[in-house]
Amino acid sequence: MTTATLLTALGAFLASAVEMVEALTIVLGVGVVRGWRSTLIGVGAATVVLTGLIAVFGAALGSIPIGDLRFVVGALLLVFGLQWLRKAILRSSGYKALHDEEEAFREERAAAAAAGDERRAGVDWYSFTVSFKGVLLEGLEVVFIVISFGAGQGRYGPAIAGAAVAVLLVLVAGILVRGPLERVPENTIKFVVGLMLTSFGCFWAAEGAGVDWPGDELSLLGIIAFFGLVSYAFVRALRQRRTGEPVPA
Amino acid sequence: MKYLRSFVLFWWNFIVGDDWRMAAGVAVGLTLTAALQVWWLLPPIVAVVLFGSLWRAARTAAT
Repeated sequence: MTTATLLTALGAFLASAVEMVEALTIVLGVGVVRGWRSTLIGVGAATVVLTGLIAVFGAALGSIPIGDLRFVVGALLLVFGLQWLRKAILRSSGYKALHDEEEAFREERAAAAAAGDERRAGVDWYSFTVSFKGVLLEGLEVVFIVISFGAGQGRYGPAIAGAAVAVLLVLVAGILVRGPLERVPENTIKFVVGLMLTSFGCFWAAEGAGVDWPGDELSLLGIIAFFGLVSYAFVRALRQRRTGEPVPA
Repeated sequence: MKYLRSFVLFWWNFIVGDDWRMAAGVAVGLTLTAALQVWWLLPPIVAVVLFGSLWRAARTAAT
């Protein structure tokens, strides 16, 4: 197993886990307050739509030349990863509030309790639509992550495996705790995910543009280290700017 | 029309996010990389683009 394969699986795992925790928070918030039947029907419907999308787009990807695909997904991954990294750095340096899953869960629960009781075909419409939208949107992000990681490497196995393990783990955790997963250090995970998405995006987009990296896939480690150090320096610089005092090493 | 707008908005937020200048900076970096064919150019450009976006966000938060 190569370094790139391992990093692909790990990247897809972490990124997918963050998205699934967000979906789980929505589903649990609605399910606990409004009941599980309609909520789970919404989850099931979203899963069916997602499966259909994967079947359609997954097959279409096979006919695109790998170089062009690497360039496009690399660029997308790079822009996408920079968003994550930017938010994580702003949170770490105190310029943005930490994303609190418990607070999100409370808000979701309060909104669910305040909503009216509209039923169609015996299904609580609020529970259905909220869980459907939550799972579909977060699931789409997981699909995008898998496609990006898989297409960049030229094979989807490691990315699918990483995402599948993440989905299963979050699902099992959700069943076991039946509450928000606030113990997951979300910003730390988002930092690592942002770092990996940015690094992979940089590597594949440049490769798709026709550039040869020295040491080929091994240079990925160098890119990750570079962006890791740069991000660490940015966090320190921003903290110093916010407090007006030098940050101790 | 409403659905089309929501659809476009979703993908814009999903891909471009809070700061369109980061996406534009990446596009410039990739264009230069493709034109000059050098591997070492993209990482520092991305770092500069990220720093610019962070600095703007910090300045906005401070005011």
